[in-house]
Amino acid sequence: MDRVPILKAGDVLLVSIQTDLEDRTVMALREDLAERIVRTGARGVVIDITAVEIVDSFIGQMLAGIAAMSQLLDARTVVVGMRPAVAITLVELGLSLGGVQTALDLETGLRLLGAGPLDGGPSEAQDRR
Amino acid sequence: MTDAHEIRHEIRIATGDDIVRIRRAVRTVACAARMSLVDRTKLVTAASELARNVIGHGGGGTVRIERLISPSGVSGVRMVFEDAGPGIPDVRLALTDGWSTGQGLGLGLPGARRLVDEFDLQTVVGEGTRVTVTKWTR
Repeated sequence: MDRVPILKAGDVLLVSIQTDLEDRTVMALREDLAERIVRTGARGVVIDITAVEIVDSFIGQMLAGIAAMSQLLDARTVVVGMRPAVAITLVELGLSLGGVQTALDLETGLRLLGAGPLDGGPSEAQDRR
Repeated sequence: MTDAHEIRHEIRIATGDDIVRIRRAVRTVACAARMSLVDRTKLVTAASELARNVIGHGGGGTVRIERLISPSGVSGVRMVFEDAGPGIPDVRLALTDGWSTGQGLGLGLPGARRLVDEFDLQTVVGEGTRVTVTKWTR
């Protein structure tokens, strides 16, 4: 079974999902994250789903479960990079993921968690606005 | 003009691996039918929900995925999910959002129905269930 790697940057855990998610993989990720949050004292979790082509009700429920679990362990979860087609489909499916905080991209997600751009300077994205 | 059934997959549904395999097959057929990215995503998501139902409620089964071409030349994809499980005693209830006998959210059938153009459910208690869905290329 594939396992999703968990990276640590400061007090944020970073997960980038790159495969078509099998149920067991998502369940393992939830357990791995719980263990890592406790072990590292991380205050935030960013889950990048840029590469994820579909989120069905099971995977959506798992993302919501990870967010709820991390909150109990004093860490905030932000899901970043959802594709527009995935968002449209989730709403039509009837899953609004109300309890899950989202951000359009990794940089915005990190800023939401107070981690900011890693170089510390003003971000290009802000300059362009 | 090519044969209407040029692409056809029959896949056994028993484990989580099969759900991933079905999602891939549906994506391939939807691409062949030149579906838009959004419609393809909807169809693959519907397939994932229905395959999960077959495992969770039907005790496993099969799916047939085929490309269609309507008499007027419109492309589409049809999926037929079949199981020999316990059947659904109350179809109206099973198609209601949030109603579930399993551990899920109860979005499987009603959610999948919203994601496709045509939805047909045949079920006989004690014999099994067949769900046929079709999505047309716009």
